[in-house]
Amino acid sequence: MLKYAVKRILLAMLTVLIIAAITFFAMNAIPGGPFDSEKATDPTTKATLERRFNLDKPLPEQFVLYMRNALRGDFGISLKNGRDITTTIMESFGVSATLGGSAVGLAIFFGLGFGCLAALKRNKIADRLIIFFTTLFVAVPSFILATLLLLIFCLKLGWFDVWTAGGASYALPIVSLAMYPMSYITRLTKSSMLEVLGQDYIRTARAKGVNEAKVIAKHALRNALIPVITYVGPMTAYTLTGSMVVETVFTIGGLGAKFVTGINNRDYPMIMATTIFLAALMVVMTLLSDLLYKAVDPKIDFS
Amino acid sequence: MYSADKIPKKRLLSMQLDLSKFEPATGEEKLQHEQMRASTTFFRDGMRKLFKNPLAVLSLCILLALIAVIVLAPLVVPYGYSEMITVNGKRDKGARNMGPFQYSKLEQDAINEGQKIFPHIFGTDELSRDYFVRVVYGARVSLMIGLFASLIVLLIGLVYGSISGYVGGRVDMVMMRFVDIIYSLPDTLMVILLSVVLDQVLGLALKGTALARVGSNMLSLFIVFALLYWVGMARLVRGQILSIKNNEYVLAARALGAKPGRIIKKHILPNCMGVIFISTALQIPSAIFTESFLSFIGLGVQTPMPSLGSLANAARGALQTYPSKLVFPAVGICLIVLSLNLLGDGLRDAFDPKLRR
Repeated sequence: MLKYAVKRILLAMLTVLIIAAITFFAMNAIPGGPFDSEKATDPTTKATLERRFNLDKPLPEQFVLYMRNALRGDFGISLKNGRDITTTIMESFGVSATLGGSAVGLAIFFGLGFGCLAALKRNKIADRLIIFFTTLFVAVPSFILATLLLLIFCLKLGWFDVWTAGGASYALPIVSLAMYPMSYITRLTKSSMLEVLGQDYIRTARAKGVNEAKVIAKHALRNALIPVITYVGPMTAYTLTGSMVVETVFTIGGLGAKFVTGINNRDYPMIMATTIFLAALMVVMTLLSDLLYKAVDPKIDFS
Repeated sequence: MYSADKIPKKRLLSMQLDLSKFEPATGEEKLQHEQMRASTTFFRDGMRKLFKNPLAVLSLCILLALIAVIVLAPLVVPYGYSEMITVNGKRDKGARNMGPFQYSKLEQDAINEGQKIFPHIFGTDELSRDYFVRVVYGARVSLMIGLFASLIVLLIGLVYGSISGYVGGRVDMVMMRFVDIIYSLPDTLMVILLSVVLDQVLGLALKGTALARVGSNMLSLFIVFALLYWVGMARLVRGQILSIKNNEYVLAARALGAKPGRIIKKHILPNCMGVIFISTALQIPSAIFTESFLSFIGLGVQTPMPSLGSLANAARGALQTYPSKLVFPAVGICLIVLSLNLLGDGLRDAFDPKLRR
């Protein structure tokens, strides 16, 4: 297990490095530098500025310098407003983390609940309803759902304020973010639960006279959880990208919205820093879910 | 033929049959001996199963209806997707932001004079363009992107996966490590990043060429799909080939001196086509999802060309006053993705041999 974990951690670090390299060199492939403006800049001024920001050095050296600064937590300054990017990321990440964390929690809780319910009440009305709605919501992109919710509950019914940081206003963004992963987890849980319930050890447990609640909770659900754990990585990725549009729709100043603003302003240092930050986060979450998966499932060996 | 009388009298204890005890079979009796059910091919059997699945049939009907609308509407409706409404050759400035089936003042006058004016089924947008045509073109663009992106993914994945799986050994290992690296990249982020970069780079490179009409955004979308999404397909194809290539008929073909290319094309691929096509079909809705997402954050197809995602994004500006502008493209995306999902599931249930019972 330890050997496997070390190998995976090293691989994850390599992945982050590759992502950073792709991001850096891709951004530098865009024609035009930060000091090219409409007015012709004085060549000596430009040269001084470029030397000041190390832009006169060859690209690989710039990359090494950028990475060294990034590891110290310095991603440079935004081209648009001149603010320190690291501070911006840290400020806005709190909002996004609250939003994403609640959405993930909601999705897992209700996803597992509905999934079990659908599996236990197979082909009854509850099951039909759950499957109908999950099939529907898997086909609705988060930005459509977010905009529709905004239209119905904020503008038409007036139940929620559009966005006043904190409190009940979190409800709509969280719901629009949680709907897709919740539906997915429900379907996943249902199919794996049905498979597990057909196993011999469930019949054995029932034959021994274990009460039904314990059979479900201890024998069935624990085994049915394994495929759900593998979904944690992709779910994080979905939530992070989903929060970009959801935050934009609800005009929440989170990291996702900052990323989209960066794209619209073509604010390259900002895009670069956010991409590397979010990518590292995704890689870490995938790593954690993989390690958890191996730790929980005793059927897997590490050879 | 023989008749019973002509046959010489048999001896006692002879094994010779007495033909008088037999009579020729009638046509009806002959039929009974034939197979009870006509033999079926893999394809026909799968189609039979598909048509027994009501959800799949329903989504197939919806998709066919949508495609019919997409093909026919531009022929019937006399408006272009970027064309502002004109009455008698004059630009109609009063035709902005009309509701479904409304006419502007100028148009109403023209109708009263006896002219025929085609109704605006979904109304018009803020630049007085017919919204129905824009939604139809948007759906066409979205479907096209989904289809082409999936085909690109299929092509690259098929070639790469076949080579890797068939050659095996060290080549396979190196090729698959490369796939692993791309697979571990967070795809949506990379798609966004590459779209930003390619949009700028291609925008300059294409200026003035024929490709510029397609738009650098759409081209970069295809390139991004080609660069990132083929790895899943390559893994699938490789897995299929590994499981098939050790069969006896492949060995027989190799013993007869068939070349690897021929073996892959003639003997291996036809046996895993079902699984591969289902996976391609399921790729289409996910490509449409990605395209609409990118269009929504402003990286999709270029204006004035509409896509369902960019129409939904544009509708956000006047959400309170003209909510119908959001509803039409939103329903469009959901309907297309939902029916493609259900059809893909149906195809998988019908054609995937592993699920056969």
